[in-house]
Amino acid sequence: MIGADARGWLEAQLRGAPAALPAAGLRSSAEILSDAAAIRQQLQTQRRAGPGEDGHTAAAAASASSAAVAAAMRLPQLFRPIYIAEIQARLRNAVITERPWVERLVYFWSNHFAVSVDKLAVLGVAGSLEREAIRPHVLGNFRELLLAVEQHPAMLLYLDNQRSVGPNSVLAQRAARRERTLGLNENLAREILELHTLGVDAGYTQTDVTSFAKVLTGWSLGGADGAGPLQADATGQFLFRALLHEPGAQTVLRRRYGQSDQAQGRALLNDLALASPTARHIATKLARHFIADDPPPAAVARIAQAFERSGGDLPQVYRALLGCEQAWQAPLAKYKTPQDYLLSIYRGLQLPVADRPRSIGAFDVLGQRQFAPGSPAGWPDRSDDWDGASALMKRIEFADALAQRLGGTRAVAELGPQLLGATYSDETRASLQRAANDGQALTLLLTAPEFLRR
Amino acid sequence: MHRDHPVSINRRSLLQLGLATGGAAVAARYSFAAPAASPSRFVFIILRGALDGLSAVPPYADPDYARLRGDLAIAPPGSSDGALRLDGYFGLNPGLQFMQEAFAARELLVLPAAATAYRERSHFDAQDVLESGMTQPHASETGWLNRALLNVPSAGRGGREGGVALAQNVPLVLRGSAEVASWSPSVLPDLDDDTMRRIADRYASDPLLARRLAEALATGSEAAQAQSPSMASDAGDGPAMRTAVRSTAARYTETVRTVAGFLRRDDGPAIAVFDTTGWDTHFNEGGAQGQLRARLSALDQSLRTLKESLADVWPRTVVLLATEFGRTAAANGTRGTDHGTASAAFLLGGAVAGGRIVADWPGLSARALYQQRDLKPTLDLRSVMKSVLHEHLQIAARALDNDVFPNSSAAPYIAGLLRA
Repeated sequence: MIGADARGWLEAQLRGAPAALPAAGLRSSAEILSDAAAIRQQLQTQRRAGPGEDGHTAAAAASASSAAVAAAMRLPQLFRPIYIAEIQARLRNAVITERPWVERLVYFWSNHFAVSVDKLAVLGVAGSLEREAIRPHVLGNFRELLLAVEQHPAMLLYLDNQRSVGPNSVLAQRAARRERTLGLNENLAREILELHTLGVDAGYTQTDVTSFAKVLTGWSLGGADGAGPLQADATGQFLFRALLHEPGAQTVLRRRYGQSDQAQGRALLNDLALASPTARHIATKLARHFIADDPPPAAVARIAQAFERSGGDLPQVYRALLGCEQAWQAPLAKYKTPQDYLLSIYRGLQLPVADRPRSIGAFDVLGQRQFAPGSPAGWPDRSDDWDGASALMKRIEFADALAQRLGGTRAVAELGPQLLGATYSDETRASLQRAANDGQALTLLLTAPEFLRR
Repeated sequence: MHRDHPVSINRRSLLQLGLATGGAAVAARYSFAAPAASPSRFVFIILRGALDGLSAVPPYADPDYARLRGDLAIAPPGSSDGALRLDGYFGLNPGLQFMQEAFAARELLVLPAAATAYRERSHFDAQDVLESGMTQPHASETGWLNRALLNVPSAGRGGREGGVALAQNVPLVLRGSAEVASWSPSVLPDLDDDTMRRIADRYASDPLLARRLAEALATGSEAAQAQSPSMASDAGDGPAMRTAVRSTAARYTETVRTVAGFLRRDDGPAIAVFDTTGWDTHFNEGGAQGQLRARLSALDQSLRTLKESLADVWPRTVVLLATEFGRTAAANGTRGTDHGTASAAFLLGGAVAGGRIVADWPGLSARALYQQRDLKPTLDLRSVMKSVLHEHLQIAARALDNDVFPNSSAAPYIAGLLRA
């Protein structure tokens, strides 16, 4: 499949259409969020209606409280099957895709622009962020990728921008007349600077963060979104709400942005996308992910240069990465994350992914619940973060349980070279040959030192 | 052979096999335990995401508190949904009932305005500093608790780990050259001895994997004995893979029971670390009711369970709860709070000289705030950490100033936080 020309094989994958997910039946974020909005509205209506006339009896109170529990479960009940179907679809695609490197890049960006489903609001739309904002741009330009992500409802909800209000906006002034205070939420602005673009050491100040947050006021989504004064239009889609937007020019990183409405934020994101610190930040993360935990400075410089010269053209950035000697010199420099480990098993053994929820349970058990890094920084990307003793034991137990289940259905002698290629060691070969049975041989293959690394 | 319950069997019998077949790494790890010389126990609970200290420990009598906090303000004690009383100035969030009892029992010290040396507002850099014990992010690949272990008189005697992380992977605070363990509950079946021995043989030439496997085997057999009965039967008869959705409170409770199991053993680790997450309350934080209160309440329940499970070890225990930084003094525009500077920390346990609030309270007036927005730190968390390490784990002050927290003599330990 890979053949002798590994680099050519990888480069060839960068040509052609974007990396769409061939999955029928997955709904758009707008549809999902419309359903959620309808549920929220019903719940609100019920709350306003309150208990009936006999609301004081113990029985009525009990039934009201069980109704409240049932109501609280309705959003998770909507979101959870969607979340599971999204993961099953991307896992199935990872097993069969003929462009696995592009798929890896999708996962890389999905982690760079991480949302985490421990926040209920994004449980139903984390998968659609990847499908709708990342996949269409993974072979495009970073500028467009960045804009698509920051305007996606999942990101706006995750980093709390949908209700961030300019202190001098029309809405804030109206609220002030009724003695209510509305104002900024600086979460999205800070994480764009720190995590998505420049990186934490780029020298921006708290004033830059606050001004940027003002620029982003009004970047919201349609629909009532829970409670409050947002009018219902374009439910579940990106919507610029002029009433929330802070009027006037803002200065961020010593540059003045005098545009009006969402043009101001677009102009700023464009500048951020093309800034030198962003190029270095992205280059460092790519090199850490694909070359080594402590990436060689020469490789980082080379990738960053390609980023800057091409104005963020991602295929050129990836080619620069493939062109780094260091990428080919030290195989097995990276300890696989649980996600890497499971994807390599599923793909290596061509395992089917059943429809039932349990088919994705292995990610939880091995410590990398999908779309749940717990913070906007995404999953860490160094061996130290993944090579714990308890984590290793879980891989061993998982591999063994799987091998027992598959029994003698796999020709392990052929799988060794197939899965491990040039890294297949004599020691592992010998341990497989000496195995008591095929099941044990498969366990030994899936726990081999070279299979735990990449 | 002892057969306590199913989880322990394979691993312990394997350990014997490991010895018998000369699996060097396994044998080295399973040198038999000498009781730890120090009976003291320390638990560090990391509150990741930036706890809002002004909601956990509301300074209800501060003249600026209610104004800054608006809807998020917690009313004075005695009002409906009011704070739990600590003294005439500070209270506790209504979710922290056990903490209030512990304060009354003189087992809780409240530190309302503490911070690390870090003064920017990135969660991830701030957590790095909280765990590394340095003054700058990414200045060290080892953590202060691991460096502390290297200086505990008697740590690691008998080849045992001095510290355990309740996680699949060791967090930065415990990383370093001192041996530590990581442990998390497993729902997967054990391997048969023969397969495990073959894996150990294969890893013999791979130093990292050999070490990790040996640690896992040693910790696994300890943990099997440490677990509560309910967990043991869960692990023994469960299906191969469950994805049970458990509440935060249930998860914390399970974790602290396991912690207690480790710490109660005479030859158990001196130090345990675990994480809690979800404190990053930018939106709809709530005040006396709501999101943050619910999370604090889950934490509080687990602390009660920790005390109960530690039983006679509790008098020798100190628990430190700390977060990477605090949140803005004022509520933001979306009924939450943004990244700030100082926050509350807590020292809890039978060995704590509690019932006091340790604060040089800076106040919340516009002039008193750090950069006109955040509670100003008046207590360096490293001083608190040093106090525990010095007075509880008997680490020499000079080692603390030079090795555990390099160049930190400006943040000396504070005498008298713990019982003599």
